[in-house]
Amino acid sequence: MNFCVALGGNPNAGKTTLFNALTGSRQHVGNYPGVTVDRKEGRYVQNGHDMHIVDLPGTYSLTAYSVEEVVARDFLVNERPRVTINIVDASNLERNLYLTIQFLELGIPTCVALNMIDVARSRGIEINDKKLSRLLGVPVVPIMARSGFGKKALMDAVETVAKAPLPQPLRVSYGRDLETAIQEMEKNIAGKNFLTDLYPSRWIAIKYLENDEQILKKGRETDPQIADQLEAVTRKVGAHIEETLETYPEAIIADHRYGFISSMLKQRVVKERHDKHRLFLSDRIDKVLVNRFAGPIIMLLVLMGLYQFVFTYSVVPAAWCEGVFEWLSDVVSTALPDGLLKSLIVSGVIDGVGGVLGFVPLILFMFFGIAMLEDSGYLARVAFMLDRVFQVFGLHGSSVMAYIVSGGIAGGCAVPGVMATRTLRSPKERIATLLTVPFMNCGAKLPVFALLIAAFFPHSRARMMFILTLISWGGALLAAKFLRMTVVKGASTPFVMELPPYRLPTFRGLMIHTWERTWQYVKKAGTVILGISVLLWAAMTFPRLPDSQIEYYDTQRGGIVSTAAPQVVKELETSTGEQPLSDSAAELKADLLAVEARQAGAALRYSLAGRIGTGIGSVSRWAGFDWRTNIALLGGFAAKEVIVSTLGTAYSLGEVDAEAADSLAGRLAAEPGWRPLTAWSVMIFIMFYAPCFVTVICIARESSWKWGVFSMVFNTSLAFFLAVIIYQAGVALGY
Amino acid sequence: MKKINIRNMQVNQEGTIASIKIGGELGRRIRDMGLVTGTEIKIQGRAPLYDPVALRVKGFTLTLRNNEADHIEVEVNG
Repeated sequence: MNFCVALGGNPNAGKTTLFNALTGSRQHVGNYPGVTVDRKEGRYVQNGHDMHIVDLPGTYSLTAYSVEEVVARDFLVNERPRVTINIVDASNLERNLYLTIQFLELGIPTCVALNMIDVARSRGIEINDKKLSRLLGVPVVPIMARSGFGKKALMDAVETVAKAPLPQPLRVSYGRDLETAIQEMEKNIAGKNFLTDLYPSRWIAIKYLENDEQILKKGRETDPQIADQLEAVTRKVGAHIEETLETYPEAIIADHRYGFISSMLKQRVVKERHDKHRLFLSDRIDKVLVNRFAGPIIMLLVLMGLYQFVFTYSVVPAAWCEGVFEWLSDVVSTALPDGLLKSLIVSGVIDGVGGVLGFVPLILFMFFGIAMLEDSGYLARVAFMLDRVFQVFGLHGSSVMAYIVSGGIAGGCAVPGVMATRTLRSPKERIATLLTVPFMNCGAKLPVFALLIAAFFPHSRARMMFILTLISWGGALLAAKFLRMTVVKGASTPFVMELPPYRLPTFRGLMIHTWERTWQYVKKAGTVILGISVLLWAAMTFPRLPDSQIEYYDTQRGGIVSTAAPQVVKELETSTGEQPLSDSAAELKADLLAVEARQAGAALRYSLAGRIGTGIGSVSRWAGFDWRTNIALLGGFAAKEVIVSTLGTAYSLGEVDAEAADSLAGRLAAEPGWRPLTAWSVMIFIMFYAPCFVTVICIARESSWKWGVFSMVFNTSLAFFLAVIIYQAGVALGY
Repeated sequence: MKKINIRNMQVNQEGTIASIKIGGELGRRIRDMGLVTGTEIKIQGRAPLYDPVALRVKGFTLTLRNNEADHIEVEVNG
């Protein structure tokens, strides 16, 4: 028999661990249609039954407020899994059963997995699973997902449930006031078969009383007349309850559900040996880790540690990656004749693929680090401690991770930073974070800043970097506030959050988590990145210089060669680079390279990118940018460090290494169009303008293309606005 | 016995929820997490900047912002 098994439960109940234990490496991660909620699927085979296991998002309830809840509910209703395993944390039974009750009210075939019985036992909690099973009317199987204990028994129970007929929905009594209304509505619903093909009739009535937006909307679309009648009943009972009891129907429903649970547990299901206020290990750790004084200091150290771990240790594999691609470039360069094909393969394809894979070590390390903080439970504490600060800007305490990784400590990267926003469960706060993390000073902006600081503020390097870091934080937080007041406005998502007990992450869980995320990046972002990389190459290459111009440079080269002594020319031609050139040969080589650089500069200006850069010169002059700067900034869309090399080409300096740009710094300092004010304007622009396209693609993947495009338009407008203000104010003040 | 707001409770102080006067999403989330009338709570601690607050409820720890906790009235001794 082949059937589908859904896995549902509270966050932190061990759902993912059980999923990994069941499916091993045979799993597949995708998305639920239209939302960025992971949909994990896998297989489990037993006694000739092939079970298709789907991991539902972790939820506390089945209301229609959060995306996760809607996704879980729609899956259960629309795809009707044959069995739903409800994983329940035994050490936290009462609250976990709240979701169980809702599964049972929905009338879906359920099997309860009582997880972490070892933790419960160590806390002095004994649970009579047989009794609980009898009271709930479904199998209850004690398991330890971490060690795999009880897995077989659980899956045997799943088989039994799969073979049994469909169960009747559970009926919880909601008290006299509501019951009258529920029963009246139930009769109406059942009589007219209103939505009953999808949901039990009593469940629909309860959802009407709970003001469930999704059901109200569906009802209205199905039969407006019945919907009117049901809504009228709801309004009447709601008004009555508010008048007499000063509360809401949904509150009474929640009270009765919890009442149902506690009366069930009081029938000797749970035996507690210890005092319930006893401090557990977790609470004792919290006495230190979220202590008013020690807490923030430890947090700072942990975050810096994470940062060091991600950006220091990923350097080694990143260097291997880079080495491989450099070697590949060299091989292709020597194998192919000079020309378009070589340029396309080396500058377009190899650099593009290298660009995609170059981020892999970083993403791998970042997800490993964050998974460790998340799985251990520390991330929730970070959010708890910092929420007060981020709340002011319409963000969430968890936003801090994304900012830090993106370059909150100068030198991060916005690509893993954008991906780190996944830990945020509040949709609006998440979008605001996603859109503002690219303002941080990532590692690729640093060489550009270093160049400009070296040219114009050579005596205050450290101070300048510090000021720039402060500006980026201030700018990002204020921009987030601005976004939360305009495009993503609205009340903040409730912070109501569980501080899960500290747990040692399992190595296997960490590995699966890290690998999954990284692979998703390569698969989803990779192809787009390669395509855009080729496009950018084309924009900076085509149209090519007309033949007359190329001829002009060829003639210049010919002239230089013909005036040189023949033996010098011969020496240069036969030189293998092993022996130092004689002075005259070196001079000849330098002269030829200078022509080469001038030609490259002219070609760049002639290309599409160059034409755009020159074309917008009349506008960009407001911010003090000339056409060369414009081209370089366009190039920066590929990757921010490209600004340095493009500036080098535009200033006809030939190849400029981003890490050692002394010649360019000297040139800029001497250039009449450049002065400290221009440098400020350019630096601010670079800090805030459109993120590099890899980041844009990640933003689009993590939200939607709408936000990807928005980030380019909004950031560039903001950056230009700031740069113009700085430049114009500076000019007015006489700088 | 008197009724006070969670904001005015001391760390380690215990009480019983007397009323939760909020509907909508926030009300739902608060109730989903087990904060319903009659539930015993204890203030476990506060963040370094005094907000949010961490509560002990039904054997686990829950955090919520002060302005969210303001909708919850608690009956305490003394």
